[in-house]
Amino acid sequence: MSTVAQQLLTGGEAVAHALCQIQPDVVPVYPITPQTPIIQTFSSLVADGEAHTEIVNVESEHSAMSAAIGAALAGARTATATSSQGLALMAEVVYIAASMRAPLTMAVGNRALSGPINIHCDHSDSMLIRDSGVVQLFAENAQEAYDLMVMAPRIAEHPEVSLPVLVCQDGFTITHAAEPVSMLADDDVQAFVGAYRTPVRPLLDAAHPATHGPFAMPDYYFEFRRAQGAALEAARFVVAEVADDFARLTGRRNDAVESYRLDGADVVVVALGSTAGTVKDVVDELRDGGEPVGLLKIRSFRPFPAAALWRLLADRREVIVLDRADSPGGAPPLAADVAFALAGCGATLRGHVYGLGGRDLHPEAIREIFHDQAPRYVGVRGEPCLV
Amino acid sequence: MPQLKQWNELPVAGALAPADAAQPVTGGWRTAGRPVPQLATCVNCLLCWLYCPDSAIVLDGTTFAGIDYDYCKGCALCVEVCPAGTLSMQQEDDG
Repeated sequence: MSTVAQQLLTGGEAVAHALCQIQPDVVPVYPITPQTPIIQTFSSLVADGEAHTEIVNVESEHSAMSAAIGAALAGARTATATSSQGLALMAEVVYIAASMRAPLTMAVGNRALSGPINIHCDHSDSMLIRDSGVVQLFAENAQEAYDLMVMAPRIAEHPEVSLPVLVCQDGFTITHAAEPVSMLADDDVQAFVGAYRTPVRPLLDAAHPATHGPFAMPDYYFEFRRAQGAALEAARFVVAEVADDFARLTGRRNDAVESYRLDGADVVVVALGSTAGTVKDVVDELRDGGEPVGLLKIRSFRPFPAAALWRLLADRREVIVLDRADSPGGAPPLAADVAFALAGCGATLRGHVYGLGGRDLHPEAIREIFHDQAPRYVGVRGEPCLV
Repeated sequence: MPQLKQWNELPVAGALAPADAAQPVTGGWRTAGRPVPQLATCVNCLLCWLYCPDSAIVLDGTTFAGIDYDYCKGCALCVEVCPAGTLSMQQEDDG
């Protein structure tokens, strides 16, 4: 086990310290609430000489990701960070980063999308780029945000993956809430992430010029997209491998999914992010009352751990999916993925949308969800009460 | 027609060395005739070579030697800038 003493850090600060220990060569970034404390803390650490990183103060998130692609493909270990509208503005280039297989990392402070304009947490921003082909990992708390950030470069830079890896934490709930965080020693983080793996054809190798991001007509576009999908499939195994290595170093497991009291559980909630922590408390309370309930927390939203869900949930009586994003007129994103993963199993599936724009989800509401006494949209005024 | 590659045979991200890149012939895109030179009147100013957006002017050393119709898209810029009337647009003779 290798850790230094715990420090009281917000999730944003924890990720900034992880970045400082990773020592990326280049960080092109643009501030946006609630991501700002990440880059603000990191910039202070760089200004104090704690990291050698070249911070590029770009004029927008579109530029941040564009610069990040160039840096990563030129041979620099690269990271950036954003939230909400920033991720929306960046979305076009996020697809290109995935397609150009830029092995960069990005810290995301999840926040609702306009409109109405709002600065608080939901997962709409991550879901907007769900299909871009990037890896998306969700943290439950500041400790996991730190851990996943340290794991991220290894996943991004694995030759079979070579994709952007996003470490997502709930805006304010995690980014701005201080809690004790166990950090690794700087040397251990350096040893864990290793040296940056320079791309096979680096951009600035003038002696061996190459075309990057070529045009693909109907005769090749589909094959390129398929190859990208295969990289995300490979990321499943790489996430598992890196989680094992990280657990050997720290004793902390950060697998694609976390089972919480699933033994003998008939009714299981599936959730992403900080809400999983609240659900754990409710599971404990209901278990104390003799109710066979449990939680399956998903850390790796992309790649989606479909096989693990089948293995862990197919034989339950009821599976309840909590989405912190809506898909108006259709199935919410997490519910759709879970339903596809569990198609044909015997469990009854139910989905709820909660917490949009930072609306709290209290333990009482989670109890109602477990007891099938909650409406489809939990916590919105005017929704019919089923009790 | 070259054999098309399968998805698992593609270079990562499609980053291509020049030798691996497809070399499509784009002269077939011409729709309004082709520029044809009368070499006897050429003053060898090479303005056509300078202006051609497709590098389709063929030189013999530093002497104008004709047009590469595999890549000329028929934009007629060379005809426009030619000071000697050497170049003129003509109907495609191959239909």
